[in-house]
Amino acid sequence: MTRRLLTGNAAAAWGARLADVDYVPAFPITPQTEIIETLAAWYASGEVPGRMVTLESEHSMITAAAAAAATGVRVFTATSSQGLLYGMEMIYTVAGWRVPFVLVNVSRALASPITLEPDHTDVLAARDSGFLQIHCATCQEVLDSVLLAYRLAEDRRVRLPAIVNLDGFYLSFTREPVDVPDAEAARKFLGPFDPDAIEFRASRPISQGVAVLGGSPYSYFRYESHLAALNALPVYEEAARAFEATFGRHHPAVEAHRCDDADIVFFMIGSFATKARDAVDRLRERGDRVGLVRPRLLRPWPEALLRQLLSGKRAVIVIDQNLSMGKGGVLYAELASSLYGSKQAPMLLSFIGGLGGRDLPPEEFYEMVAVANAALEKGAAPAPRLLYTRDELREMHKLQAVATAERRETGMGK
Amino acid sequence: MFRIRFHGRGGQGMKTASRILGTAFFLEGFEVQDAPRYGAERRGAPIFAYVRAAREPIHERGVITRPDLVIVADDSLVAVPAAAVLPGIGDATVLLVNSRETPEVWKDRLKLRCRILALPVSADAEERAQLPFLGAACTGAAARLTGAIGRDRLAAAIGDEVGPYGETAVRRSLATALAAYDAMEEHEGLVRESTADAATGYRRPEWVDIPLEAVEFAAPDIHGAATTEQVNTGVWRTQKPVIDYTRCNRCSWVCSTLCPDSAIDVDADHTPRIDYDHCKGCMVCVAVCPPHAIHAEPEHGAAGASA
Repeated sequence: MTRRLLTGNAAAAWGARLADVDYVPAFPITPQTEIIETLAAWYASGEVPGRMVTLESEHSMITAAAAAAATGVRVFTATSSQGLLYGMEMIYTVAGWRVPFVLVNVSRALASPITLEPDHTDVLAARDSGFLQIHCATCQEVLDSVLLAYRLAEDRRVRLPAIVNLDGFYLSFTREPVDVPDAEAARKFLGPFDPDAIEFRASRPISQGVAVLGGSPYSYFRYESHLAALNALPVYEEAARAFEATFGRHHPAVEAHRCDDADIVFFMIGSFATKARDAVDRLRERGDRVGLVRPRLLRPWPEALLRQLLSGKRAVIVIDQNLSMGKGGVLYAELASSLYGSKQAPMLLSFIGGLGGRDLPPEEFYEMVAVANAALEKGAAPAPRLLYTRDELREMHKLQAVATAERRETGMGK
Repeated sequence: MFRIRFHGRGGQGMKTASRILGTAFFLEGFEVQDAPRYGAERRGAPIFAYVRAAREPIHERGVITRPDLVIVADDSLVAVPAAAVLPGIGDATVLLVNSRETPEVWKDRLKLRCRILALPVSADAEERAQLPFLGAACTGAAARLTGAIGRDRLAAAIGDEVGPYGETAVRRSLATALAAYDAMEEHEGLVRESTADAATGYRRPEWVDIPLEAVEFAAPDIHGAATTEQVNTGVWRTQKPVIDYTRCNRCSWVCSTLCPDSAIDVDADHTPRIDYDHCKGCMVCVAVCPPHAIHAEPEHGAAGASA
């Protein structure tokens, strides 16, 4: 094992390398491109065996990934944002084929307006597809999660493709110290892919996408995928324990930081959760009983574990780095559905923050706790809030005023 | 924790500079986080990069809002608000500037109470922004200012980070960085680690409820004539393409077609004219001109200037 500085993208490429992947269908998109560039350099130099093919779109790339996985080889691919959405038809389609592979998504907020910086609305569009989802908070987790994802996806009790998600910029282009396992240790943990019944061959045709009518067979196949996804929960815990036994690092399905005696808990996913962790430590120094709960697994949703961790807490501050137009934060709705009806259910507060890479400074975490305390005193949760300051709105209006004046002067627009 | 911010223009080596410094800290046994920050990649546009280094695991992320050290490779950025060079500079921050002006002039101009130092480079004052291996000079000086990085570790980090660009690049980076490191001897340890602010007495964010506004105001439209023309992207240049009309063969299309910013127009008599208000200095035209009639000149004191 060597410890070195790696970007999140390089850590993802190392994960693929240590998983001994056979085939990488690829298509570039910022901020993911460094992953396939890193793999391409290894393949070009002959340092790593395997084959990479650049496809003409993400739609074809995901089709190629699943088709190759259906022949029983180990497949890795990566995309981001608009690319994930361009391939979305096939994301939903291939999950139903019940063949395992790993797709790394580097989260980047969706158009319009177009941006390069991250939020989670892109990966949440794949939420109901049948892909499993592991969300990372550090570059180390990115590497480790790729290995875990293969073990999980390939397990006979699961057999679904998996997405490993990391945030653009905050992880993709950020270097952190990463323990890179020895190839032998990685092989000991993962082992070669045993495809057993997966055997798509030209000489033995199989249809991977059968047509069914009448609803009954359709319901059966869809529910089987759902049950397999739920089954990934105990299988993940097993894999995480085996991972810890091999590498000494534990990545439970849900990270809980200083949660045991906490009254108020932050709830969020992704790399900004490390900022919440810092905020929790600062607030503890002040004497506040505050904690952090961060699901790594988003699909399957670790419902029982979340109930167990959050029941009896006074308030949970849900920070959604995503936005469902006309509804609000996705995590808030998911968590509310898990806690509803329990006598021990905490008050839930909904905050939308970090859209398009907008930073979450420490004072906003402190202020969210102040808002939660005030709400507890009052006995009623406040309306959902976008984390957005008066200064930001003033700047925005200044830009709009400039644009309006320019349009008037040049006679463009209204 | 050390919190260090590099500011420069795309092409000046700030990303490499931050990586060299990050690796040097790492080799000294620090936990490290380093990252460049830019939008769509483009030469000459303002970029910054940052390095955090601490003895404990680092959970902070993103832009450094209260830097201990700010390095400015190109002083023309100080006046560009979008480059965000000045935000967060406090009395304890050290500001290291690559400039034709003295630190005293900057102190007076910016009305800052922090320490301001000049980047020690031997280049002609006119050529500072185009200095080869400018990033290495910034890193060398920064490493010495922290007092936490030995000369040999700095050299090893340069070997690691510049190695892929070849032996010559390593040799010249090393010479540039070590010269800057040595020149900063009297200021060794001037940059101090700072602690994170406590959760008590924090400055409360002034959150606001965004109102629903009229759609023609709230839709993200850009009107070409109004916005694209009036934003003077020519100020991004560090180098300027200049056409030698005695060699231009009036082919009428190569430079103008391949200019990625449509900043070269061709007259009725097939003569190309560069729009210096919008030319970003990418030098694609210099590379593609068949008779080599376009050459690059440093932005300061360039001949044939119209901007």
